[in-house]
Amino acid sequence: MAAIFQGAGAAAALSSSPSNSIDSKKFLFSPRRPYSGMKGASFVVVRSDGRASLDLNPKGRRAQQLIANAVATKAGSSAASSSSKPGHELLLFEALQEGLEEEMERDPCVCVMGEDVGHYGGSYKVTKGLATKFGDLRVLDTPIAENSFTGMGIGAAMTGLRPVVEGMNMGFLLLAFNQISNNCGMLHYTSGGQFTIPIVIRGPGGVGRQLGAEHSQRLESYFQSIPGIQMVACSTPYNAKGLMKAAIRSENPVILFEHVLLYNLKERIPDEEYICNLEEAEMVRPGEHVTILTYSRMRYHVMQAAKTLVNKGYDPEVIDIRSLKPFDLYTIGNSVKKTHRVLIVEECMRTGGIGASLTAAITENFHDYLDAPVMCLSSQDVPTPYAGTLEEWTVVQPAQIVTAVEQLCQ
Amino acid sequence: MALSRIASSSSRSFNLLKPLSFAISLRRSISNDTTPMTVETSVPFISHQCEVPSRSVETNPKELLTFFRDMALMRRMEIAADSLYKAKLIRGFCHLYDGQEAVAVGMEAAITKKDCIITAYRDHCTFVGRGGSLLEVFAELMGRQAGCSRGKGGSMHFYKKDSNFYGGHGIVGAQVPLGCGLAFAQKYSKEETVTFALYGDGAANQGQLFEALNISALWDLPAILVCENNHYGMGTAEWRAAKNPAYYKRGDYVPGLKVDGMDALAVKQACKFAKERALKNGPIILEMDTYRYHGHSMSDPGSTYRTRDEISGVRQERDPIERIRKLVLSHDLATDKELKDIEKEVRKEVDDAIAQAKESPMPEPSELFTNVYVKGFGAESFGADRKEVRATLP
Repeated sequence: MAAIFQGAGAAAALSSSPSNSIDSKKFLFSPRRPYSGMKGASFVVVRSDGRASLDLNPKGRRAQQLIANAVATKAGSSAASSSSKPGHELLLFEALQEGLEEEMERDPCVCVMGEDVGHYGGSYKVTKGLATKFGDLRVLDTPIAENSFTGMGIGAAMTGLRPVVEGMNMGFLLLAFNQISNNCGMLHYTSGGQFTIPIVIRGPGGVGRQLGAEHSQRLESYFQSIPGIQMVACSTPYNAKGLMKAAIRSENPVILFEHVLLYNLKERIPDEEYICNLEEAEMVRPGEHVTILTYSRMRYHVMQAAKTLVNKGYDPEVIDIRSLKPFDLYTIGNSVKKTHRVLIVEECMRTGGIGASLTAAITENFHDYLDAPVMCLSSQDVPTPYAGTLEEWTVVQPAQIVTAVEQLCQ
Repeated sequence: MALSRIASSSSRSFNLLKPLSFAISLRRSISNDTTPMTVETSVPFISHQCEVPSRSVETNPKELLTFFRDMALMRRMEIAADSLYKAKLIRGFCHLYDGQEAVAVGMEAAITKKDCIITAYRDHCTFVGRGGSLLEVFAELMGRQAGCSRGKGGSMHFYKKDSNFYGGHGIVGAQVPLGCGLAFAQKYSKEETVTFALYGDGAANQGQLFEALNISALWDLPAILVCENNHYGMGTAEWRAAKNPAYYKRGDYVPGLKVDGMDALAVKQACKFAKERALKNGPIILEMDTYRYHGHSMSDPGSTYRTRDEISGVRQERDPIERIRKLVLSHDLATDKELKDIEKEVRKEVDDAIAQAKESPMPEPSELFTNVYVKGFGAESFGADRKEVRATLP
């Protein structure tokens, strides 16, 4: 799957002294110029090819060093392969584990709670090895009681701990909806700013391989209107690790949506420490004819469709929105202004899904730039059936994406 | 109730002359007299799966008078809130605590500000007990800027972080897992402090309570679950809602204690006992047998599901303030006039606070969007045009 990507996501090296403590380390995001030329830039682009700049301080990083993201261009640049050599290859769940482990080492306030995260190693192996390394007080096996252990995580976060609560499957977090909505999202507001809830709630969701209706839920649509929370969806090992680290460091409650089918994606990621911006979208493939907005697993369906489209002569611009709440309307807007056509491909249900909100947001803000109505391809409004063929038809397939683009670009 | 007084260790000669009162010297320094004395609680404690604490409570005149003053303050504050609600200065929900003051006051006497308290929506007096000012209470109730949550929380969302008061929660029962989370954080940071998670008899039937209790018992958390049993879950009597209304026993494997919640000294004794126990043995349940004079909230008259005789009966026999008053008078710790002066003082304080709160302005319109996210600490929330500057993550 996608081992190479283009991104303008910000990354920064961090100062990290050998004796890590709870003290916050300061680092700056590298300010970025949005992809297309824009007016009124208040940012300065710092960009470099390859990783050369990253090796400036092989040992002992200085504080506040701005390092640009190493961007590997897709279109046959030979710099790509050489620039990706210095990193290490791993699977997505290992990237999540690396991110989690690094944050737990860095800050003793970070703890993990969930079902089977400790001794069992996590049902998707994301927390494997952490219990032996950090002990039972920091990697906590909970009984099957989502409502209360999510509540406990939030209570602990109110005092300053940084729990990472795992839902074994995102669908189980429906049981904790009250805690997530009322306490997690709203306590910062209703207490007049007294309490912050730096919690991370994560778990795999999405349609898997014939897991059945109850285990194939997409909760991003249910959580999206809760005020006060942020939602991000990871799709590659690179952004999985980066988003995990950013989510843990953020003072706001963040829900990190992973996908059951993406855990075994392999990619080469940098050895250096980096994090991804929580509100930024990722430019996967720049183009001219149509903007395709997607996230999580659908990114791969879109990229597959993109190959077909390129052969047919179209030049789609693919953006992985990553941040589901709030939307990165800046990147999206600039893309819309360039291509004037938008196709949203998502795994959520048609009714009330992320795509629905995004359609509304784009129409409200960029109506003048659109040459055609926003098209939204989503899953069917049905419970996910068990039968393989039926399950395939609930979810958007690459062929449908190709047809949609052709329709849009008429 | 049996009274006994232990002669103070700093033996004053006139103690021998007047064994039951030391009227003369005491009058000069009521508020500072910390001569220990012992009072018996009204009824003995009943326990489940643990030992019973002693019925004799150590106290002193200063503490008793502080109890009196604090409870009188809380009572007056709640009654004033009643009038403000009827005058439409307070809107929405207003749940009043009068009748239950002994729980808030007794608990404070047994613990420090480092211990955490979390409660449900009947939180005005608990907030005051934790050190909140009357101005903050009334301003928040009226939705003004000077309120403890800047006017954005309301009656059910009082919080005071610096004295570890975690609110103030509207959804029944949801605060109990939060409270166990606080206890977890205390254990994690090895602070040797405890958390009191208060809930009502209505919330005692919530599943998440038992879930949280199970986890607390498994992980040995210093969590003390306090059921403020005022016998009515809104309009439903406890025997109609709970198959087993002995809430102190419902922890099953978790020990429990039943306490007379109208006796501030019994509450103090129980909380002290619970704190010592929780630090060593994990969670414990306290059931405070208490009563609320008002209805569930201001929209509930409180008399459709219980008789007025019952209410006035409790007020006559078990009122917490009267109990302390009788105690103080019978021990000659103060005169009736002095107590009445305290009440007048308290009334004036409340009236002043209300006047001050009325002058506080309503929140600015821009406050609508503040505190949704934490700004400047990482994630920024952008509008469509993203005019905000990026923040630096710590």
